[in-house]
Amino acid sequence: MKIYLPRDAAARALGADRIATAIRAEAEARGIDITLIRTGTRGMIWLEPLVEVEIDGQRHGFGPMLASDVPALFDDPATHPRALGPVDDLDWMKRQTRLTFARCGVIDPLSLQDYEAHGGLAGLRRAIAMTGQEIVDEVKTSGLRGRGGAGFPTGIKWQTVHDAKAPQKYIVCNADEGDSGTFADRMIMEGDPFTLIEGMAIAGLGVGATRGYVYLRSEYPDAIGAMTGAVEIARAAGILGDDVLGSGRAFDMDIRVGAGAYVCGEETSLLNSLEGKTGVVRAKPPLPALEGFLGRPTVVNNVISLATVPVIFEKGAQHYADFGLGRSRGTVTLQIAGNVKRGGLFETAFGISLDEVVNDLGGGTASGRPVKAAQVGGPLGAYLPVSKFAAPLGYEELDAEGALLGHAGIVIFDDGADMLQMARFAMEFCAVESCGKCTPCRIGAVRGVETIDRIAQGDGAAVGLLTDLCETMKDGSLCALGGFTPFPVMSALTHFPDEFAPAKEAAE
Amino acid sequence: MRQTAAATVPQPALEDSATRILSSLGGLEGPLLPILHALQAEFGFVPQQAVPLIADHLNISRAEVAGVISFYHDFRAAPAGRHVVRVCRAEACQSMGANDLAARLQEKLGIGWGETTPDGAVTLEPVYCLGLCACGPAVQVDGALMGRADIARIEDILSEAAE
Repeated sequence: MKIYLPRDAAARALGADRIATAIRAEAEARGIDITLIRTGTRGMIWLEPLVEVEIDGQRHGFGPMLASDVPALFDDPATHPRALGPVDDLDWMKRQTRLTFARCGVIDPLSLQDYEAHGGLAGLRRAIAMTGQEIVDEVKTSGLRGRGGAGFPTGIKWQTVHDAKAPQKYIVCNADEGDSGTFADRMIMEGDPFTLIEGMAIAGLGVGATRGYVYLRSEYPDAIGAMTGAVEIARAAGILGDDVLGSGRAFDMDIRVGAGAYVCGEETSLLNSLEGKTGVVRAKPPLPALEGFLGRPTVVNNVISLATVPVIFEKGAQHYADFGLGRSRGTVTLQIAGNVKRGGLFETAFGISLDEVVNDLGGGTASGRPVKAAQVGGPLGAYLPVSKFAAPLGYEELDAEGALLGHAGIVIFDDGADMLQMARFAMEFCAVESCGKCTPCRIGAVRGVETIDRIAQGDGAAVGLLTDLCETMKDGSLCALGGFTPFPVMSALTHFPDEFAPAKEAAE
Repeated sequence: MRQTAAATVPQPALEDSATRILSSLGGLEGPLLPILHALQAEFGFVPQQAVPLIADHLNISRAEVAGVISFYHDFRAAPAGRHVVRVCRAEACQSMGANDLAARLQEKLGIGWGETTPDGAVTLEPVYCLGLCACGPAVQVDGALMGRADIARIEDILSEAAE
C-alpha cells in the first residue's frame, strides 16, 4: 500500500507528523506492508493534513485528516468520510497551470530519482549544450520577470552579468521571503528543492558564475533542512561541483541562513548580510549585477524566478511565454492567505481577477463574514477594497490601480478589520525593521505611527500631514521598505476614508 | 526588546568553542553570520566575550562585530527561557485574530514581548511571518510549528513540556 503525506511546514503545523505516526501504528497493528512517502504540499492548505493513497495507480486524497480518521483508511477508502476522490481531479488542481510547481506535492523532495522521473534535470542537460549567450537569450524569450516583487526582466539582468568581465561571478538566490501572506518560496524549497538548485546551475552556466548562495531566512527551519540535504545530494551526484553533469563547467553552491531582519529581503542589504555586515541598504548604482557580492558581478534572483528556469529550458521558452497577459508572461504563483475559507498556493497564467481569486477559489472568508479588503503584495502592498476586485493580476495592471503585485501574496480581511490600525501597523513594522540608512524611513516611520495615533484621537489636520509624510518616504528612501510602506498606509486612507474620519468629525 | 542584561559563560569554554568555530568557519566568504549562528547554537546566546576574538580573527573592528550582533533580531545577548513561544504578528495572522491571541497570552504569562517569565520557563517573542499564512494564526513553541493556533493548545504544549 502506497501512501503519500506532506512534510511541508504548513502540513506539519496542522498535525501531519501525528498522522504519519498513526498511519505507521495502524499498518503495523494490521500487519499491512506500507510505503509512506513524505512529499511537499499540493498547496491546498485547508485540506491539510492531506493523505493520498494510491488506488489502481491513481492518487486519492483524504483530508483534512485527524489521527482518529486513520484506521478507516485501511478499511474501505472509497467510503471514508474524508475521501475527496482522485487529487488530480479536484477543481483546485484542474484549474491550475502548474509549471514551476509541477512536482511539488507529487514527489519525494529529496529523491533525485523521483525528480528526474518527473522531468527534472532535462532543462540543465539542454542548457549544457548551449553557450552562455544562448542560455541568456532563452530566458529573455521566455519573458520571465523577477518574481520577488520588482518584476525586472530576468534575462536582462543575466545579460548584464554575462557581459561583465570579472575573475569571479556569483548567483545569489534571495530566499528571505519575509512578506506576510507569501509562502511560495518556502513551499518550493521544501517540496522540490532540486528545481531551485537546477535553476541556479543553469544561471551559473549562462552568466559564467561558478559559485552560488541561497540566502534563506532563519524562520524557515524546514526549508533550511530540505535545501541543505538537497545540495549535498546534488553535489554527490555531480550536478554541483567542478564538472556539472560532465559538462566540463563548474558550479557549486551553499545555503546561508539569515538572522531575522526583514530588510535583508532587499537585494543590496541581503548582499551586505551575506558578506557578514549589518543588513544596510546600498545605493544603486553600482548595480549588484556589476558590483554585487564581495564587489563581483552577481545575479540576485528570487526563489520562484530561479525555480522556474528549469521548466523554461525543459519545455522551451516559447511554451512558457505563451501563457500570461500583456507584459506579464508565464505563470504567477498566487498565495491565497489570511481570513479565507480555502487558502493555499494556486499557480495560474497572469490575468486572473482578484475577485475570482478571493471569492471563487478562496470561497470568501474563513469567518463567514463579508470580505472587506485584500492586501496584495505583502506588507508593502496596497489594501484593495472589494470595489477594486475586478482588477486582473499582472504587474502593470495592478500598478494602474496604485497597487503592486509583489510576490503575489494575497491576504484577505473580513469586515472586522480596522483599517486605521492596519495602516498604523504598516508604519510600526517599518519602524521596527528599518535598516536606518535613510532618514525618511528611519524617522518617518516613527512619526507615521504617532501621526496615525493623532488621527485616531480626532486630530483631523494630521491627515494632511500623514499624506505629506508618505510622499516624503516614497521619494526619499533608497529601498522598498521606506519607499513602499506608503502603499498600505495611503491605500487604507484612500479607500476607507471613513475609518480615519469619525473621530475627526467628533472632535471638530 | 532585549530587556535581559548581557550574560557571560566561563572564559575557557568560550575560548574553546570560539577557536573551533573560527577555524572551521573563518575561511568562508562572508563568515560572520555563520560564526554567530554557531556560537548561539552552542551557548543559547552570543556571549559578548566572543566579540574581541571574532574581531581579531576576521581582522575587523570590535564595533563592527558588535554592530552586526545588535542589528539582527535573532542574536541574543542572554539565554532565553526554557521554552520560547513565538507568535506571528504579521498581517495574514492578524486577519485571523493574532493580536487577540497575543494579548491573551501576554496576560496569562504576565509578560510582554521579548520578556521571560520570572521562573525562567517561557520567553515570548514576536515573529514576522513563519510562512503559514493560509493557516493562521501561526505560533512556534520551541521547534514546533502550530497553525490555527489557540491559547488552549499553546498551554497544552507548555504544560506537557514542563513535565
